[in-house]
Amino acid sequence: MKYLDEYRDGQKCRRLADEISRLVTRPWSIMEVCGGQTHSIIRNGIDQILPDEITMIHGPGCPVCVTPLKMIDRALSIAARPEVIFCSFGDMLRVPGSKDDLFRIRAAGGDVRLVYSPLDAVTIAQDNPDREVVFFAIGFETTAPANAMAVKIAARRGLSNFSMLVSHVLVPPAIEAIMRAPGCRVNAFLAAGHVCCVTGFRQYPPLCEQYGVPIVVTGFEPLDILEGIRRAVVQLENGQAFVENAYARVVSEQGNTAAQAVLDEVFQVTDRGWRGIGVIPRSGWKLSDTWRDFDAEYRFPADDIQTCESDRCRAGEVLQGTIRPDQCEAFGRECTPRTPLGATMVSSEGACAAYYNYGRFVALEPASSGRS
Amino acid sequence: MCLAVPGCVEEIYDEAGTRMGRVRFGSVVRDVCLAYLPDLQVGEYTIVHVGFAISRIDEESAQKTLQTFDELGLLEEELEEMQRTSSDTRSSSAPTPR
Ligand code: SF4
Repeated sequence: MKYLDEYRDGQKCRRLADEISRLVTRPWSIMEVCGGQTHSIIRNGIDQILPDEITMIHGPGCPVCVTPLKMIDRALSIAARPEVIFCSFGDMLRVPGSKDDLFRIRAAGGDVRLVYSPLDAVTIAQDNPDREVVFFAIGFETTAPANAMAVKIAARRGLSNFSMLVSHVLVPPAIEAIMRAPGCRVNAFLAAGHVCCVTGFRQYPPLCEQYGVPIVVTGFEPLDILEGIRRAVVQLENGQAFVENAYARVVSEQGNTAAQAVLDEVFQVTDRGWRGIGVIPRSGWKLSDTWRDFDAEYRFPADDIQTCESDRCRAGEVLQGTIRPDQCEAFGRECTPRTPLGATMVSSEGACAAYYNYGRFVALEPASSGRS
Repeated sequence: MCLAVPGCVEEIYDEAGTRMGRVRFGSVVRDVCLAYLPDLQVGEYTIVHVGFAISRIDEESAQKTLQTFDELGLLEEELEEMQRTSSDTRSSSAPTPR
């Protein structure tokens, strides 16, 4: 809780938490879908100032964590090719594949470069006409418009040496999969504000209706998250389930229509495997057929990939909110950010990394001693 | 990687048909693609994610968010990410552990 006390709005946060305590009469489980929100909740100790009745369940919204192992292995095999410059967001560097990670490929001489924006990868392609430049295009709906535009710009500049390995994932089908899973404990969702910046939130009312869950569009700052929780609790206590926008200063109902138009043009919906969870129907985007020339899956065919996941890692259960990271036996022992067994221990948005980095491993002893 | 940070548009230019801008985040200024906010003007604030402006935001909210991110140590991390990766764009660098 150190962080919240040093924070100017810490007092306001406490007042909101008190208000939530006053409102709540029964236990409720609320899932924050987005890994950025998980990070903020753990880092700022928000879960610790909430009343005992409220359980925060951490959702699957960390794109680095859910990128399927087969896609990681494919990325590693492309990155190892001598003619390739492989560009990736920094978070992917240490994500474990079946045997390797990008960091080790780079140490062994692979030309792996970290970029802040997909446009940086386009620039690299322009500056290196004799090399194949491949960008690892991962992310949720927030990141997809950037990646879609990168392809369009590469095409406009006539670059024939640029391609993308696309593994985009979508939030609404994941919410649906979570609600349908047997033993689902989620009573309400906080929807990721920055995803809704792009998509708006018109896809959510049918989910509220069908599954009877409130969905509150929520930002990332401690006050935003507490306000999102407060609104969810009000709905739950009143037996209501509708979509509410608690992040109106950034998110509009229709979202960014210019971005949606480009997404429609460049991507098409596809079934997507989520690491640790399995295939969720129609839960991803891939490049549509007209953009096949820019698709690294076609440019570097590799169909013989044999994946091998750590048998100790329980990231799938963590991502679906059925266990907390500190309930995994490997947590803080074999598995640390330096020696990760799963992607959720690597990414700054992964729940295991958040628990480890913000000292939640003190809970390790009691949590693990109860398990055999 | 999912964080989006508010910044102020200082300049708007066209780069081979793409609407771009120089956007200031505290002490750092970076080139940002403005294609998704076609009517954003110089002096306005926007939320930027992986080099793209995705949503407009008013100045007061932007300043407050920047201040909050700064107090929580998030701003520094994000700005470091912007700067750390810019050297990789230019050349292949030696492996550096995170
Ligand atoms: S602590 Fe490590 S091994 Fe356990 S679920 Fe998380 S990433 Fe997997």
